[in-house]
Amino acid sequence: MNFSTIEELVQLAETQGKSLSDIMIEEESAAAELPPEQIIAKMRVQLETMEQAVQRGLTEEVKSRSGLTGGDARKLESYLQRGQAVSGLRVMRSVSRAIATNEVNAAMGTIVATPTAGASGVIPGCLFGLAEELGADRDAMTRFLFTAGAIGYVIANRSFISGAAGGCQAEVGSASAMAAGAIVEMAGGTPRQSAHAAAIALKNTLGLVCDPVAGLVEVPCVMRNAMGAANAMVAADLALAQVESVVPADEVILAMYRVGQAMPGTLKETALGGLATTPTGERHRQRLFGSTAEQHPLQDKGEIKE
Amino acid sequence: MKYRSVFDIIGPVMIGPSSSHTAGAARIGRIARLLFGSTPHRAHIEFCGSFAQTYRGHGTDVAIVGGLMDFDTSDPRIKDALTIAKDIGLEISIAVNDSQGEHPNTAWIHLANETRGITVKGISIGGGKIAILETDGFEMNLTGDAWTTLVFHKDHFGMIASVARVLADHRINIGKMEMSRKAKGKDALLIIETDQEVNETVGTEMKRFKDVALVRILPPL
Repeated sequence: MNFSTIEELVQLAETQGKSLSDIMIEEESAAAELPPEQIIAKMRVQLETMEQAVQRGLTEEVKSRSGLTGGDARKLESYLQRGQAVSGLRVMRSVSRAIATNEVNAAMGTIVATPTAGASGVIPGCLFGLAEELGADRDAMTRFLFTAGAIGYVIANRSFISGAAGGCQAEVGSASAMAAGAIVEMAGGTPRQSAHAAAIALKNTLGLVCDPVAGLVEVPCVMRNAMGAANAMVAADLALAQVESVVPADEVILAMYRVGQAMPGTLKETALGGLATTPTGERHRQRLFGSTAEQHPLQDKGEIKE
Repeated sequence: MKYRSVFDIIGPVMIGPSSSHTAGAARIGRIARLLFGSTPHRAHIEFCGSFAQTYRGHGTDVAIVGGLMDFDTSDPRIKDALTIAKDIGLEISIAVNDSQGEHPNTAWIHLANETRGITVKGISIGGGKIAILETDGFEMNLTGDAWTTLVFHKDHFGMIASVARVLADHRINIGKMEMSRKAKGKDALLIIETDQEVNETVGTEMKRFKDVALVRILPPL
């Protein structure tokens, strides 16, 4: 790839008068030695898989094995049909689709990791929540994924995208930054504005820990995806209104890396801190696996016969 | 660059719930199986770090076992992998290991049948990307991104040239080559990533060399 930072990505687009998705398609095509049409066709498959997950979450009775999550997307949809929604239909439609995807993920359904499974709701949430109203056709929707992917590519290589390495900021934070940049392009903004939107979205999730109850990708993951989608939309609107991030995206990405390095292991997907060790979190762990953090296998080295 | 493609970021298509703990785990299992060469009769899996703490919630055990049976990350059979393993007579045991200094998502996999065994160390770095860091004491950094040929041999002059010649004869371009050996003149391993597919004929030609013990060919995952 001819870019490794957001600045290089934006400059490639600006100097050639192209969009971020154009650059990503060209770069991927060159790296994979495949014609752009094949790269685009491959991304269409990801788009369709995402759409199926959203549909499933909105229409089927999805419930995870633990019983901790499932059904909230449908609750939200019927709430929206009553015309309520304090934060507006666009935001909440995106949120419902983000929740739908993540509920399907928690139920071991098929999803697309964007950039991870734990954060897989944010990007399709924003995409399917907004596409119709922004008049985006299938081509524009596919481009949305390339733009998001370009931003994610930089974050993944310069920082991290897994909760175990960097906390939830690396998962939902990264997904939110990717979605924010992609929304800007879909709404007609400039590559520079996409970079500002990504920077704002990521700044606002810095420090977010990964503290899953009972170690399951459910609580708080599903609600964090809801928040990640809403945060992306707000960041995109700010950037489209010409608001600039004082700290540029590349520096925010490196800050996210340093924050993740400083984060204790108990808050990085080990289920040894945060919400996981609240009385309620412990109760669910006990109910599901019959052990608490104190007696968890890390302390007991015995072999578990499955 | 750890991530080389936009499809590493917008992908993989996978069975939930975790890209590192489920999809990555399935890939580690699948590579371990390819390195072993067949479905093993016994598998002992040790989890470290976050894997150790959360493998049950994430279905990491189920996913690795699915990988051992050659299931892809998007294969819905992953959910029932433990039951399927029992049905086909693949015996599974799982342990957790609290050794420090390991990557937070590390799995040690020991595979065996009646005649042979193999030990593989894999890590899952996020978004479904993985790396195999060790196989039977040989250090490596195998990512499963490209066609990879592993030539286990006795350390000997001219081995690299002989193997490279076979690839050149088949018009296969080498992208990356890594040499790992236990000591001078002892067991050695050549790991070659190529831009083109490597077929069984190529493997058979390499196996004809006197000091080559074993050749394994891994397709990109």
